[in-house]
Formats: sequence, structure tokens, C-alpha cells
Amino acid sequence: MNIIVCIKRVPQTAEAEVRVDSSGKDIEKDRLTFDTNESDTYALEEAVLQKEKFGGSITVITVGDEDSEETLRIALAKGADEAIRIKAENFDELDGFKTAQILQSIIKNMDYDAIFTGCMATDDAYSQIGPTLAELLGIPHASLVTKIEINDDIAQTHRELEGGLLEHLEIKLPALFTIQTGINVPRYASLIAIRRAARKELKHIGADELAKDGLNSNSFIEELFHPPITKIAEILTGSPDETSQKLAEIIKEKI
Amino acid sequence: MNDIFVLIEHRQGVIRDITFELLACGRDLANKNNAKLTAVILADNFEKIIDKIKTQAHKIIAVENPIFKEFNAESYQIALVEIIKKENPFLTLIGHTAFGMDLCSSLATELKLPFTTDCLDIKIDDEKLSVTRQMYDGKLNSKVVLKESPSYMLTLRAGCFPAEDSSLDAEIEKIDSPISVEPDYRKFIEYIEIVAGEVDITQSDIVIGVGRGIKEKDNLPMIEEFADAIGGVVGCSRPIVDAEWLPKDRQIGSSGKTIKPKLYIALGISGAFQHIMGMKTADTIIAINKDPNAPIFNEADYGIVDDLFKIIPVLKNKILEMKA
Ligand SMILES: Cc1cc2nc3c(=O)[nH]c(=O)nc-3n(C[C@H](O)[C@H](O)[C@H](O)COP(=O)(O)OP(=O)(O)OC[C@H]3O[C@@H](n4cnc5c(N)ncnc54)[C@H](O)[C@@H]3O)c2cc1C
Repeated sequence: MNIIVCIKRVPQTAEAEVRVDSSGKDIEKDRLTFDTNESDTYALEEAVLQKEKFGGSITVITVGDEDSEETLRIALAKGADEAIRIKAENFDELDGFKTAQILQSIIKNMDYDAIFTGCMATDDAYSQIGPTLAELLGIPHASLVTKIEINDDIAQTHRELEGGLLEHLEIKLPALFTIQTGINVPRYASLIAIRRAARKELKHIGADELAKDGLNSNSFIEELFHPPITKIAEILTGSPDETSQKLAEIIKEKI
Repeated sequence: MNDIFVLIEHRQGVIRDITFELLACGRDLANKNNAKLTAVILADNFEKIIDKIKTQAHKIIAVENPIFKEFNAESYQIALVEIIKKENPFLTLIGHTAFGMDLCSSLATELKLPFTTDCLDIKIDDEKLSVTRQMYDGKLNSKVVLKESPSYMLTLRAGCFPAEDSSLDAEIEKIDSPISVEPDYRKFIEYIEIVAGEVDITQSDIVIGVGRGIKEKDNLPMIEEFADAIGGVVGCSRPIVDAEWLPKDRQIGSSGKTIKPKLYIALGISGAFQHIMGMKTADTIIAINKDPNAPIFNEADYGIVDDLFKIIPVLKNKILEMKA
């Protein structure tokens, strides 16, 4: 079972203040921490679980800048065999469509049974790469996947729908699966594995090794801005004792 | 301008709410741009669906075939490629749902149409299309311009375009299905419902929602005690279920339960739209979060910007004192 996993390094913005940079089209990154995109860690774990069952090898690919090599090394430490960085700095206006075309141009020459991607990157929230890449490669796909059981070349697949309802599908391999969080419990990389991964060779692919013509973006960010505020909570201020007192009174009144 | 298409989403014989939001958005765009709105229905039994749609669009294109009883992105794609190529709509609107997320990107790619996903607003100026999207955990919006094209495809976020009554009388065009056998590379087998546990969070007047801000499973008992004191039950955001700290039937949001309690208290929950969709109709919403910029404060009625571990024990005692 040869599996390709597409991963991305993203800023962790859930608890951080996010500021627009001077271009107006990107964010200030210097004060943010970065990590592997959440659903990508589940995609990688799923690949490692399948490899433990069937053997084979795992290749992780990112279209990312030099810093994202750290993300690739963590993936190697968790069980990936090969890692490829396609140099994002060689390309501009990377929307989901263009990124998928770049990935396709590399993956089409590789030998694989399955491709796993995360179901959504938390930075741009497109959820486009997986199904677009599958279409460009001419293979079937299933998105928002919460279970994969492979027998020969058929994957019994669960997709998660609204309300937690699941859809059971049969997908013929080779196929692409966009992995939803919660499908497994991702492992941590051991320190020894991290040290070992630090010495591993990464493969780099630049723009000159790709047919650059014909790579198109669909969409262009013109401007980033703070969401207009339509409603704002009444914020209770004071010490924990004071805010708790005020809140307890509000709660008493409401119930 | 050419037509605006809306793809009707249905599941288990019922039209999904998002469909009426898409139709309202499509009608508005059609009116403003002197275009017609066409609803496209792929279904096994289209009579069941048509009555509800007939007043909502200028035209209905209906494809009836048993394989469209359930959604299969690959069968849908084969049929829709034919229809869209032939009809050449200016814009096709699909819900940003488990259905639309599975379908739009690969369908648009095959058709070579510019597309984007999860749109909150759409503007058409001079047949140029731009949309508003959300990025970075809902902390920023983006204005995105699509490459110029005679035809586009978008998915729309639920809850952004209110459904509206309408009194149109759609002309109906039935067309033969371009496909009648499910492709052998993707087959629908069955639906599986989530297993119900001992607590039904949809039945409680008071729900305490916990999110990733509680940090560790060991902190859950503290939340349970608080819920007991206040007379509520504990629900949660998705990461808590992903980590297997609480069962799936406690999850609130688009891929979990929708609740309508009298009081909802969100503890350490950032307020992702998928979560908001499950609790926004609560009568009163309270949020405790240490991040003053957390989107949950734009949904809540009252908030405390502080560490929940400092607030909850004190708040619990205050409530117990008041009850005594
Ligand atoms: C297809 C799809 C479906 C989804 N369905 C759902 C769904 O049904 N329900 C759902 O909830 N999510 C769903 N999600 C996930 C959603 O996008 C978010 O990732 C998730 O809701 C985030 O959960 P959270 O707010 O608990 O965590 P985070 O976003 O990580 O936020 C944690 C919050 O805790 C705060 N915090 C941290 N420590 C403290 C402290 N000590 N005191 C106070 N506050 C603190 C932080 O400031 C932050 O705001 C779905 C995603 C996808 C792609």
C-alpha cells in the first residue's frame, strides 16, 4: 500500500490576534506560531495505520516555504518514509486550484494506491485541494472521511454528513480521501524519531522542474479585513469575583 | 446575463434547508442582473420535491433517475457536466455542505470553470464576480476576485442568506438522465446514524459547552460539577469529541447536534461557524474565553474575557449560594 499524504504548515490563529500586513492581502506572521494543519495530522496518522496493516511506503508532500520543512520532518518522525517540498516561494497567487495543479504535476508520475489530504486547511479554509487534485489525476475521491477499511482494491469508506450522520461508500483504489478530524488518535513523534528525522534527506522541487505554463489561479485575494461586527456581547468586567457575581445574577434571571 | 443555477440538495427524501438559502441568494442575484434563476434537481422521485421549489425559481431542470435517490458526487458530476455544458449558466450555486464540499471542486475542475468555496457574500459587477470569504479561524474576512469567465461555480455557507417566500411559477423542463448506473468506482451503500447515549443535549434547557480551552480531559469533572450546580448538561465542540473525551452525541454544531436551550454557556470555545450553527438559536448565550477577539463574542449576549479556570469555581459557588 503506497500512500501519498499532502500536508501544510499553517499559523495557529484560534487563540491569537491576527493582523493584516502592509500589503493588505496577507497577515503579519512574525508573532504567530505555526504547526501542521489539524486535519492533515489525522491524514498522516491514517496513512501510518494503513502502512502498519499492509506494509508499503508513505510519501508526504507539501507546497510550502523553507520553514515547512519542519512540518515534513515531524511527518517523517511519525512514520512517513519520504518527504517532498515543492518550493512555494517559486510561485505566486497560490489559490487552492493552482496548488492542486502543482501537486498533480508531481504526483502523476508517482506510484500510489491512495492519497490522503486533510479535509480543510484552517488558514484559508477552502477545502478544495483534495477533490480538485483527484479530478486532475482522474481518480475517484471521497471527502470528510471518518473511516477507511481497505480490502484488495476496495475501500469501505465512511463520510461524515450534517448532524453526525454517516454515509457508507465503496471506493475503488487508487483514490483520494480528504480526512476529517477524529478518524483516529494521532500519535506524537518520539524524541529519538525526531532526531533521526532531522538527518533524513528531503527532496526539493522548484519551479524549473515543473511545467510552469498552464498553471492557473482561479481566484485572487484582493483584500483582507476584520469581519464587520453585527453583534457584540456585553462584556462583564472586574475581578473574577466581580464578574462571577454579575454573571450569576444574569444566569439567575434567565433560568 | 445567462441564467443563475441553484443545485437542489436533498437527503433521505427531504430538501435540505440550505437549498432555500441558495434559492433566495440566486433570486436576488438574478433580479439585480436581469437574469433568470434555474433550479436543478437530480432525484429519484421528483414530484415529491417539485412543489416546494416551484414558487422559488423561474425554471426547473429536473433529471429523474433511481440513482439520484442518494447523493453520489461522482454520479452527480457526470450528469451536471452535461447539463452545465449545454445550458452554460453564468453562475452555479451549491451549498457549502458535506454534499457541496464533495462535489463543487472536482465538478468545476472538469468543466474548467473558475470556482471558490464557502462564500458569505457575492457581488457581480459588470459580469465580474467577487466574493467574501472567511479565513484564519473566522478572525479575518477576505474579498476574493475570480478570474474572468463566462461561467462560474461557488459554494455558499449556510446561514448567510435568509430563505424567503416567493411566488414565481417555474417552467419545468424534464431531461433524460445522462447516467443511469452508479459508477463502479464509487458506490453508495447506506446511512449510519449516530448512537444515542444516556444524555440528550437537545432536551435540556441549560447546556454548558466545553471546548479546547479546557486543555485536558482531567478538567472535565470540574465542568460536570458546574453543570450540576446550575442544573444543566455538558455538551462540547468538535475537538473534545475528536480527542474522545466526550461521546459524539454531545457534540454541538453542523456535524453534531443542533440545540435550542434557554441558556447556553460556551467555555473555552472560539466560535467557529460550524459550532455556531448548532447553538445560535439559544435564547441566551454566554461566553467565557480568555481571547477578547474570539468570534464567539460576536454571537454571545454576555461575555467574560478571562481564564475559565479562574471563573468557573467562583461562579459555581455563587450559583449554589443563590440557590440555597
Ligand atoms: C466539515 C467540518 C465540520 C465541523 N463540525 C463541527 C461541529 O459540528 N462542531 C464544532 O464545534 N466544530 C466543528 N468543526 C470544527 C470547527 O471548525 C473548529 O475547529 C472547532 O469548533 C474548534 O473548537 P474549539 O472552539 O473548542 O477550539 P479552538 O478553536 O481551538 O478554540 C479554543 C478556545 O479556547 C480559548 N481558551 C483557551 N484556554 C482558555 C482558558 N484557560 N480560559 C478561557 N478560554 C480559553 C481560546 O482563546 C480559544 O478561543 C467542523 C469542521 C469541519 C471542517
